[in-house]
Amino acid sequence: MLLREVEYARPARVQEALRLLGANDGARALAGGQTLINVMKARAASPDVLVDLADIAELRGIELGSDGTLELGAMTTYTDIIDSAEARARPILGEVCNQIADVQVRNRGTIGGNVCSNDPTNHLPPLLVAIGATMTIVGQAGERSVPADEFFLGVYMTAAGPGELLTKISVPPGKSDGFASVPIGKDGTCIVNVAASLTNRTARLAIGCVDAVPVLLTPDSTEDAAVRKAVHDANLDPPWDVHASAEYRRHLAEVLALRAVAQAAERR
Amino acid sequence: MDPVSRKTITVDVNGERYERELDARRLLIHFIRDDLDLTGSHIGCDTGNCGACSVLVDGTLVKSCMMLAVQADGAKIETVEGLAADGELNGLQQAFSDHHALQCGYCTPGMLMSATALLRENKSPSEDEIRKGIQGNICRCTGYVNIVEAIRAAAQ
Repeated sequence: MLLREVEYARPARVQEALRLLGANDGARALAGGQTLINVMKARAASPDVLVDLADIAELRGIELGSDGTLELGAMTTYTDIIDSAEARARPILGEVCNQIADVQVRNRGTIGGNVCSNDPTNHLPPLLVAIGATMTIVGQAGERSVPADEFFLGVYMTAAGPGELLTKISVPPGKSDGFASVPIGKDGTCIVNVAASLTNRTARLAIGCVDAVPVLLTPDSTEDAAVRKAVHDANLDPPWDVHASAEYRRHLAEVLALRAVAQAAERR
Repeated sequence: MDPVSRKTITVDVNGERYERELDARRLLIHFIRDDLDLTGSHIGCDTGNCGACSVLVDGTLVKSCMMLAVQADGAKIETVEGLAADGELNGLQQAFSDHHALQCGYCTPGMLMSATALLRENKSPSEDEIRKGIQGNICRCTGYVNIVEAIRAAAQ
């Protein structure tokens, strides 16, 4: 398919990228392009300017701090995360990235692109909410940190506004995590997904695909009854489509919440 | 560096250097097929699902319908045309032929590139690893059994 005419720039520095994004209302950051190029073909998005982030070295890489915090550059690909020895400090990250689409998409798609596109069926928004990640956003006004559960604002909308860039995702240490999904075909788009993260006796659950943003739940305990009650009390009103009715998505949310918690509990 | 709608790019494709001026909106697959006349790489779905357009960019397997040609400026690209040397099929291609790993052949260039990428990283993949390796490539004729067998045979 032929794309609409577009201008292209590939800056080497974050500040230059911000200048380019700020200079034109129709400018948009291009990360791995595994969503954006396709929506441009469909004309669902028609940016005037693409600001390719590929050459900005400071947006890449994975660092493990002495306190166990993982810092992931926004342009880090799924494959980088899967292959990274450092990223194994939080094993769930590589495990979930390895369930996204296929080799080709994992080679190009980035963690920053995944969360900034904030498609409600994406894997990483609920995961990062459950494990309590923090997003670093820079704009002309400077840098700020936003917790993952405040980052996702709506379908395709995040706290990284026009003219801003997500630069880094920080993940605290931990290992008692789980992720359960029912996808459309193996490693396909999720119908419902649930991420769980346990610390001592508390649980954080984030349910994806049932609302515009991940639904964060904090059940009183990790007992099945408490998890079921938390999902019930959330009064989920999921969308329906050709793949699943709203009722079935509600059912999956409960089943997958239990599975995600069980997986996380095994890893205490 | 201000944004441009046309740009001159230089790429190395299968060991040959090409320099072309093109629109920023041009997809890499169109550049390869229409500008360079290397029509081995196919366009199947044009939505990033089928993998018929798979090529290697700087050694990394990608779907060339989900990348702009300008993004590949300076890159080393490998396409299916680069596999056979001096008109002789390479081991992987011969294995596809020997195991009847194709029917209509439309998906084959992408399958071969995905298998090439897999075998470079993993000299003796298991069946599961082979299936995971070609997950992004869809065959609509006949299924994957013979394709998996061919890749396994090529690995040995």
